[in-house]
Amino acid sequence: MADEVVLLDFWPSMFGMRVRIALAEKGIKYQYKEEDLRHKSELLLKMNPVHKQIPLLIHNGKPVCESLIIVQYIDEVWNHKSPLLPSDPYQRAHARFWADFVDRKVYGVGRKLWATKGEEQEAAKKEFLEIYKTLESELGEKPYFGGETFGFVDLSFVTFYSWFYVYENFGKFSMEAEFPQIVAWVKRCMQKESIANTLPDQKKIYEFVLKLKKIFGLE
Amino acid sequence: MTDEVVLLDFWPSMFGMRVRVALAEKGIDYQYKEQDLKNKNELLLKMNPVHKKIPVLIHNGKPVCESLVIVQYIDEVWNDRSPLLPSDPYQRAKARFWADFVDQKAVYAVGKKLFSTKGEEQEAAKKEFLEIYKTLERELGDKPYFGGETFGFVDIALITFYSWFYVYETFGKFSMETECPKIIAWAKRCLQKESVAKSLPDQKKVYELALELFGLK
Repeated sequence: MADEVVLLDFWPSMFGMRVRIALAEKGIKYQYKEEDLRHKSELLLKMNPVHKQIPLLIHNGKPVCESLIIVQYIDEVWNHKSPLLPSDPYQRAHARFWADFVDRKVYGVGRKLWATKGEEQEAAKKEFLEIYKTLESELGEKPYFGGETFGFVDLSFVTFYSWFYVYENFGKFSMEAEFPQIVAWVKRCMQKESIANTLPDQKKIYEFVLKLKKIFGLE
Repeated sequence: MTDEVVLLDFWPSMFGMRVRVALAEKGIDYQYKEQDLKNKNELLLKMNPVHKKIPVLIHNGKPVCESLVIVQYIDEVWNDRSPLLPSDPYQRAKARFWADFVDQKAVYAVGKKLFSTKGEEQEAAKKEFLEIYKTLERELGDKPYFGGETFGFVDIALITFYSWFYVYETFGKFSMETECPKIIAWAKRCLQKESVAKSLPDQKKVYELALELFGLK
């Protein structure tokens, strides 16, 4: 029986992008369904009643939710090529720890950078720089967070690259100046087809944020 | 070479308890080191420089941090007995989803608001708390455990909050047994397991500690 794989997603979502990259890395054919998050579809609400969020993978009719859980699921089911997690349990724990760090720290602070002003934004910028410094120090001299090959932590973080122009613009700083190693790492990742073909253009994301700020009266 | 396993922990922490339960389920010998969180020692700061938090498992000198990451690590290393996660990838994804729900919905944070706020803020926290537990109760359904027939990952993620139920009930002025009878029945079932019974501190002890820790009266 041929696998039926559907992805409910939203094009600017860094979380959705993670799943798109994982599917591309594994060469899995799937149907992409764009969601309007202000008018969520019945399918989304039925398949993810708890969080009502994208991304949502539907594999042969069964839903899997939460981007990092979906990526691990993809890695375990399609385990014949392009392993995303290390095989060693300690390395795997290390990878999960850092992917969890990205989830807990990176999204929130980035959002505060473009959605706030004045003192709140200054505090967010300070926090942002600290978090990225921590990530840069974890990367060290390695080509990827996973070591010699692109893996789980790289995947969890690289999708924020699409949003770097937004952060730089509203935070008034240069990622290249502040975090040269992270930028070098991103460019290395972008040489991979699965990533280059998945990540939306930074300017498109910037325009999207401008629209979002208008809609939510955050100008 | 025999394994050297050390756990840096804080006795009332629901997160630390998860690791204690997992280690007990697997019958692993380890050295427990109680941490003073107001005076963190060099070992803790060196082993978890990023978050500086407990629990930290140190296995043959190498640290593993974050309770659910530690539990999965324990399950994968000591994989010859008492599996904690299901073997099927879809069931595994479901288990991770619900354990993440417990952490994401900040069961910890909303519980904390219950006993550390008053008035409208506390009322709102109580409402949110009960909604979260009712969602969990629906997911449990008529199953003996969240994992189905056997105790597993989601059960471990949630059962440790049982030690704090008396705190929540007292400050929130409600009874968990009345509001969420299936959760209480499930908790009692889990407590029949030695690994759980000997890992969870007494509710009254936790209550006294909470009073002291958070300056409550």
